[in-house]
Amino acid sequence: MLTKRIIPCLDIKNGRTVKGVNFVDLRDAGDPVELAEIYANEGADELVFLDITATEQKRKTLVDLVMHVAEKVNIPFTVGGGISSVEDVEILLNSGADKVSINSSAVKNPKLINELAAKFGSQCIVVAIDAKQIDGEWMVHLVGGKVPTAIKLFDWAKEVEQRGAGEILFTSMDHDGTKNGFANKALATLSKLVNIPIIASGGAGNMQHFVDTFIDGKADAALAASVFHFKEIEIVDLKNELKRNGISVRIPF
Amino acid sequence: MKIVIINYGAGNIQSIKFAIQRLGFEAVLSNNAEEIKAADKVIFPGVGEASSAMKMLKSTGLDKVIPTLKQPVLGICLGMQLMCNYCEEGNTQGLRIFDVDVVKFDNSLKVPQIGWNQIENLKSEVFKGINEKEYMYLVHSFYVPLNNEAIATTEYGIKYASALQKNNFYGTQFHPEKSSIAGEQILKNFLEL
Repeated sequence: MLTKRIIPCLDIKNGRTVKGVNFVDLRDAGDPVELAEIYANEGADELVFLDITATEQKRKTLVDLVMHVAEKVNIPFTVGGGISSVEDVEILLNSGADKVSINSSAVKNPKLINELAAKFGSQCIVVAIDAKQIDGEWMVHLVGGKVPTAIKLFDWAKEVEQRGAGEILFTSMDHDGTKNGFANKALATLSKLVNIPIIASGGAGNMQHFVDTFIDGKADAALAASVFHFKEIEIVDLKNELKRNGISVRIPF
Repeated sequence: MKIVIINYGAGNIQSIKFAIQRLGFEAVLSNNAEEIKAADKVIFPGVGEASSAMKMLKSTGLDKVIPTLKQPVLGICLGMQLMCNYCEEGNTQGLRIFDVDVVKFDNSLKVPQIGWNQIENLKSEVFKGINEKEYMYLVHSFYVPLNNEAIATTEYGIKYASALQKNNFYGTQFHPEKSSIAGEQILKNFLEL
């Protein structure tokens, strides 16, 4: 049976993890490769690296990082953050990334999704969508939720599927950082609306939130950052808790 | 031991090369027919769309070489699919090594299937030390139906063939190079055939 996926997300700046991590067993708390290996060994199903570097050196440091991760880590990983062209994607996939995630660039140039899917296959194209509710309507936002657009979440989700996205990573800006649980109602609507996997993001605070997003939110995967980085939730415990709730998960060891 | 990963422009080649390195072997990337023929083990990767991958393969002339290889050959994901008779994706004629057609998952399922699923009914030395129902990482929209050459099966809506073997030719729908320790063991078993 296909299992539900647990995906830790690492924010990267200049090749280093930025969100403070609280791993006593890390030799270098800012080394994304070491952190990635730990997560892989603890039973994470995939990893996401979100690059927030804004300098001109961005591409080179990111490509170096991708190479190092691919060298060491034996589970799939996705790279996102500022990817805006076929060339960007090509160099990341050739360096060993399994998937790329595009966000603002897809909103600004929706045809990019078609081009990427045609060239590399839908399976490696994740479209990340940030949205929040305005007057009860879920609206797509850019720049980490700061800039609103006139695009409705559900219209956009349908469109990205039709254009060839292989997965949707949906972050609710209303829930992100609250630790009050995922946006399960919107997630369930999305899951019914499109026929590609949905990754839930934003709001993880405890293990029950993951149970809820898989059962009520019908999510195919759940992504979180700080609850894992600060060891508030151990992936092994989380997997066991999900299993106890009848959710199909991979417990490797 | 000489390990060649066929480099024809369609594949997650770095990941496979690195996985082989982690196992203590070295692999070279090549699209040179003589080098491929002379290898002890050949890996035929592939991701992306079937017809464009086959076009790239044909442009190297390797579509004629691969079916004649005598050493162990491992097709991964789309590599395995291209070794079959025919792929529905892009109406693609395959290399006709495995006598089966590749078809699309039913639309009542989420397509592509992405994630970790179990392999069972394991029937090959490449699965030495691997437990029934072990988890492997899969990403695909098209699948190989059950057939006589199946050496592993997986269930996604229906039960299908997730690994194949015919003589010296092996194929896995899953990505052993991305399937944690168990996947690495399968790669190691293949390299030690």
